[in-house]
Amino acid sequence: MYVAVKGGERAIESAHRLLAAERRGDPEVPELTLAQIEQQLALAVDRVMTEGSLYDRELAALAVKQSRGDLIEAIFLLRAYRTTLPRLGTSLPLDTDRMVVERRISAIFKDLPGGQILGPTFDYTHRLLDFGLASVRTDGPPAPPTRREIAEAPERLPRVVDLLDREGLIEGETPDRGGHVGDLTREPLTFPAGRDVRLQNLARGDEGFLLAMGYATQRGYGRNHPFAGEIRLGEVAVELAPEELGFAVEIATIAVTECQMVNQFKGSATTPPQFTRGYGLVFGGAERKAMAMALVDRALRCRDLGEEPASPTQDEEFVLSHSDNVEASGFVQHLKLPHYVDFQSELVLVRDLRAGQGAKAPR
Amino acid sequence: MSYNFAYLDEQTKRMIRRAILKAVAVPGYQVPFGSREMPLSYGWGTGGVQVTASVIGPTDVLKVIDQGADDTTNAVSIRHFFARTTGVATTTRTDEATLIQTRHRIPETPLRPGQIVVFQVPIPEPLRWLEPREVETRKMHALEEYGVMYVRLYEDITRHGRVAQTYEYPVIVNGRYLMRPSPIPKFDNPKLDRCPALLLFGAGREKRIYAVPPWTSVKSLDFDDHPFEVEHWDRPCGLCGARGVFLDELIVDDKGGRLFICSDTDHCVRRQAAGSGPEGLA
Amino acid sequence: MNGSGDERPLLGVRGLAKRYGAQVGCLDVGFDLWPGEVLGIVGESGSGKTTVLNCLSGRVTADGGRVVYESAAGRMVDMLGLDESARRRLLRSEWGVVHQNARDGLRMGVSAGANVGERLMALGARHYGRVRGEALDWLARVEIGQDRIDDLPETFSGGMLQRLQIARNLVTAPRLVLMDEPTGGLDVSVQARLLDLLRGLVEDLGLSAVIVTHDLAVARLLAHRLLVMRGGEVVEAGLTDQVLDDPQHPYAQLLVSSVLQP
Repeated sequence: MYVAVKGGERAIESAHRLLAAERRGDPEVPELTLAQIEQQLALAVDRVMTEGSLYDRELAALAVKQSRGDLIEAIFLLRAYRTTLPRLGTSLPLDTDRMVVERRISAIFKDLPGGQILGPTFDYTHRLLDFGLASVRTDGPPAPPTRREIAEAPERLPRVVDLLDREGLIEGETPDRGGHVGDLTREPLTFPAGRDVRLQNLARGDEGFLLAMGYATQRGYGRNHPFAGEIRLGEVAVELAPEELGFAVEIATIAVTECQMVNQFKGSATTPPQFTRGYGLVFGGAERKAMAMALVDRALRCRDLGEEPASPTQDEEFVLSHSDNVEASGFVQHLKLPHYVDFQSELVLVRDLRAGQGAKAPR
Repeated sequence: MSYNFAYLDEQTKRMIRRAILKAVAVPGYQVPFGSREMPLSYGWGTGGVQVTASVIGPTDVLKVIDQGADDTTNAVSIRHFFARTTGVATTTRTDEATLIQTRHRIPETPLRPGQIVVFQVPIPEPLRWLEPREVETRKMHALEEYGVMYVRLYEDITRHGRVAQTYEYPVIVNGRYLMRPSPIPKFDNPKLDRCPALLLFGAGREKRIYAVPPWTSVKSLDFDDHPFEVEHWDRPCGLCGARGVFLDELIVDDKGGRLFICSDTDHCVRRQAAGSGPEGLA
Repeated sequence: MNGSGDERPLLGVRGLAKRYGAQVGCLDVGFDLWPGEVLGIVGESGSGKTTVLNCLSGRVTADGGRVVYESAAGRMVDMLGLDESARRRLLRSEWGVVHQNARDGLRMGVSAGANVGERLMALGARHYGRVRGEALDWLARVEIGQDRIDDLPETFSGGMLQRLQIARNLVTAPRLVLMDEPTGGLDVSVQARLLDLLRGLVEDLGLSAVIVTHDLAVARLLAHRLLVMRGGEVVEAGLTDQVLDDPQHPYAQLLVSSVLQP
């Protein structure tokens, strides 16, 4: 005699307890602290902050711990938390010109004012597994370079693209006319999308997806002939200008990576040619993401620059609708939810159709 | 940390209610809204949850179902969410509920005036599989250009002798807007027509809300010579004997033995409590 | 050839102009089209003839000029000032547009029958059997085997695709059809058959048409009157036979004389 299955509630509770146990793992192994994650898995934390649209290293570290290292899950946690936060105001645009630079490179000039500052980068490492890292050092941390080894970064490093701009060689960036700036966390995405909303969407977008799209442009799907004009990483001040005060107050400093791509020049017989731009900005040191973002930004500007979109990478609806990994993850994984009623309807139909064609009926 | 009543802040609820009002004023029209990230995944009911959170009040009695059952894991999870963030009374009885959030089914018990049903919607746009671009589908709705939907029905009839859409069956609301009624089986479509309750549809990931006000005409698309028809079973519910309800199919042994029982668990349980067995009333 | 007894042209065009940046698409183009009349616009590629067609259909937005269409209801419609909803409706009912590449004017993913029936269903036809009946009827009229009604256009030859596109347009009995190189890219023998069909349909249905072509043979066979275009401007206009047999403008003379005689 069939008895209807009950106990969904109990099942969920047990699943949660099991998850907590799996997360902790072997109790003999020391538990991760947030400080360890924040310090030693810093780039994971940077990615979670960037795509979670929330700058808080400790919270991001907590999300990484809670998600057992599944970064898209961690991003989801941070985004859900962000929903509950009150909106106090909007900062002034970040002045990356005044960044305290830790790393700054350019591929378009051999040398430039302020020099090429390598900073902490994987770029020139040989990707050999360092078995020295397999055990915890007992003789103290490795010594950072001495003062003589670090080039003194001047107080203000002029932007490479500004140097091109002074000669009129590169298109000007669209000036801020002080109008309404779109916010995807408040309003739904509509098309055609303005550049402010496009950039916000890309900044929050999945690194893997943008990387693939950027890569595709380089391989000919909407090729825009990019050069890395400048990449800079460092701390910038976040300033707020409350109405009551009438002047700007610095409320925090955050680390960002900014990438400016210099792209295919445009011009005609009557208009002198200029290089065009792509822009990327992320929290922390997520450099690969910043570069991919700049490539995709430029590809999506095709309409504004009078180029015929020929490729999915230049298709605004395609790129912006599928860049959000929290949305994507949710919808892909929702297939795990019960669909047996919908499926039952399909079963009924398929059986009917098969019966109509004389196929075998179920016993 | 303590949360606001029903988790969302009042500003957000107001924004969503404005969208709902607009949706009710234009039945079947998809209103874009600033969907928030919720503590459940997109695709798992965030739209429905945001709509419910915006309309629920302390005196409401809430029922949550998934595939017609109160006890499926997702229904349990959502019911808990609201219990925790509102303290509102919950029930499994359709007739006692003032607010019903549902995924993929309409209860068998007839709805009454004053009730609100909130549907969880994955893909709100009925034209999406025929036209992937949002810019184009918005135009098609504005210009009432639904010919392409009939092309799809024509093709089905040509290929299969009948329309092959069995759930999410497209409807025309109030004689004007083409609407996707969420993935309810077409069996449930007739319940939408002139329903006494208010029907609200929330799509969180796609960021759309739409509505069918009470007593509004909802017609499933068909051809005059191929009229709309619903699923049939040649047997009653194996537990309570009900006919004319949607039945779930269960595989009960490894020889492929099958049992068909009511998808609506509340309906089934109450019939059994009233003495109705597999053969009907004793 | 003027329409019998009609005082107003079906379509009146004055000063039509379109620029692409500094480039002239078309400039100061004007003509009248009468019911039952076929106007051919000929010229080399880049002459602006396709631009004129695109301005008429609204596919591109004209920069200047006036286009007035007399609707079936007898109303004078300002085509350039029409809102998009009305324009789209007109293009699905009283007008037809036949693209050079048939794939642009068809739904390749649905059957031939669905392609032909779509306009009817868009205008409210709700009887499957009757829609299918009309589709069968039209397939026969454009000389496509009726047994192909359920086939996907992917399986059709170039000539068949073009005929399917024509059927798809004519099913709502449009009064005006715009055609862009209707025989372009087809084999010579296929072209001949298609032209014959078109000529027959135009006569039987009393269609008015504007046909853009670089092929003077097509123009001679189908058009009552011609416009010769070059560099975006009309250099000569007149009865087809007159323009082709006795061209006045030097460019028209060049065009006519450079056509290889079979």
